[in-house]
Amino acid sequence: MTIAIEAPRLVKAAPLLTAQNVSKNYGDVQAVRNVSAEVFPGEVLGIVGESGSGKSTFLRMLNLEETPDAGTYTLDLPEVDGNLFELDRFARRMLCAKRIGIVYQNPHLGLLMKHSSSGNVAERLLVAGERRFSVLREKAQEALEASEFPIERLDAPPIELSGGMQQRVQLAKAIALEPALLLLDEPTTGLDVSVQALVLDTLKRLQQERKITMVIVSHDLGVIRTLADRVMVMRRGEVVEAGLADQIFQDPQHAYTQQLVHAKL
Amino acid sequence: MSLSTLTKDWEPMSYGFLDASAKREIRRKMLKAVAVPGCQMPYASREVPMARGWGTGGLQVSLTLINPKTTVKVIDQGADDSVNAASIRRFLSRVSGAPTTLDTLDADLIQSRHRIPEEKLREDQVLVLQVPNPEPLRPVQPNMSIARQMHADADYGRMWLQLYEQIVRSGRVMQGASYPSMVNGRHVMTPSPIPRWDVPKLHMAKHLTILSAGREKRIHAVPPYTRVEPLVFDDVPYKVEEHGDLTCFRSGAKGFFMNEIPQDDGSSTYEISDSEYGVKTIKQAEGTETAFGESWYQDGEMS
Repeated sequence: MTIAIEAPRLVKAAPLLTAQNVSKNYGDVQAVRNVSAEVFPGEVLGIVGESGSGKSTFLRMLNLEETPDAGTYTLDLPEVDGNLFELDRFARRMLCAKRIGIVYQNPHLGLLMKHSSSGNVAERLLVAGERRFSVLREKAQEALEASEFPIERLDAPPIELSGGMQQRVQLAKAIALEPALLLLDEPTTGLDVSVQALVLDTLKRLQQERKITMVIVSHDLGVIRTLADRVMVMRRGEVVEAGLADQIFQDPQHAYTQQLVHAKL
Repeated sequence: MSLSTLTKDWEPMSYGFLDASAKREIRRKMLKAVAVPGCQMPYASREVPMARGWGTGGLQVSLTLINPKTTVKVIDQGADDSVNAASIRRFLSRVSGAPTTLDTLDADLIQSRHRIPEEKLREDQVLVLQVPNPEPLRPVQPNMSIARQMHADADYGRMWLQLYEQIVRSGRVMQGASYPSMVNGRHVMTPSPIPRWDVPKLHMAKHLTILSAGREKRIHAVPPYTRVEPLVFDDVPYKVEEHGDLTCFRSGAKGFFMNEIPQDDGSSTYEISDSEYGVKTIKQAEGTETAFGESWYQDGEMS
């Protein structure tokens, strides 16, 4: 079944992100099947589903880490045109470095654990071509401050930090270049409830202040409810229901969504 | 006509030790390396009568380039008289019949470990540097297939990150030898473990430099008149070792790269690292007429 998410009628801008009929197989396993989505500038799209539902695979494809077997993906940005899945490796890398930020569930995927926290943020700026040490230092500090990272630990390596701090360093790294699109893959999983709340507060504040377009993947409906404007529910690689966040949480239509919502509530 | 006039006497080995096919391959790889300055070219590093890590890469290049009229100089950490330098020099001479010299000015081919002579090299000279680890990305990317992709994409951000980390932790760039350098604005190379003092000597140099790693099976080159720029931040300038004010206790030479010799009382004395330059300085002081070439550094400053 294919369900395209309809944008709210009041939004007149063109979608920033458009993915159409994206599919990905791993051998005989269909990880993602005909998933389509649109995300408008400044909007937060939440993707929920059980483990193995294909939501993280879909997110990795949006980050151009995975190439799908079928489908198209466009971003409404002046520097790119056409299907992003067809870009070569170098163009993908430059686009991701400059315009797409990502926070992984596992900080080991997103951080150099033995480098300093500021160095981790600086790396992103270096890939984009910044070569002034003073500017790197200043921008890294700004990004870490914006992520509410304790600035006295600026040069501590992530390996010495708590899980919540590591996620803040990842977040700072992701927003350092003011990305057009921020992807969050289970950003609060594994954190205790109080730290989870702090990270969510930071994300919400950043989204409100900077109007960053976000796609957030989580199996935790509370996280999605806190952040998302619209929600896409995935199961076994397919989208089973999609709509405005309030609509999904208050009046779920699909049996699986009802099960999810009621299990949570 | 007899059979003996048509054939050569049996010889125990090929001229210059390496067989013709090995030399042909190394020549081709050298040409490729010259064509793409700073880019590492793989080659089938042969066995030579020396252990890997003792200069087998440099030796193979020297054996390929050598002919009976080539005057050879071999230095190890600046010294002509170290056991390794003397052994390689004698071997090169034995297998090729080439004359040897200690004087940089007389040499056509200079094989060196860890130093570039203090006298400027000419267009007709070739410098062969022995390289232990040719991959500058290895400290930041242990996976070599990813490192090769990074070279292909000129993805060198992590090299600067390494320098950033050094400044953050130590207040200055701590990279002493093997300072990563951008060649011709495209490839980052490690200029073998020459000290920072020697890296500017490669920039727009008149001579050809071939860098060869025998154990790692890689050749790269800096052709004459090629840009070699150490990686630096725009606001943190490149600094060489502060040896400009040091004086050699043997020769009295000043303003060159020195070896530190710790003393029993905790102090240090210094002797010039380029041993032949020191010998020349002593000869001149003793009144012997001695020819000096133009040096790269004047009073400790790059000229």
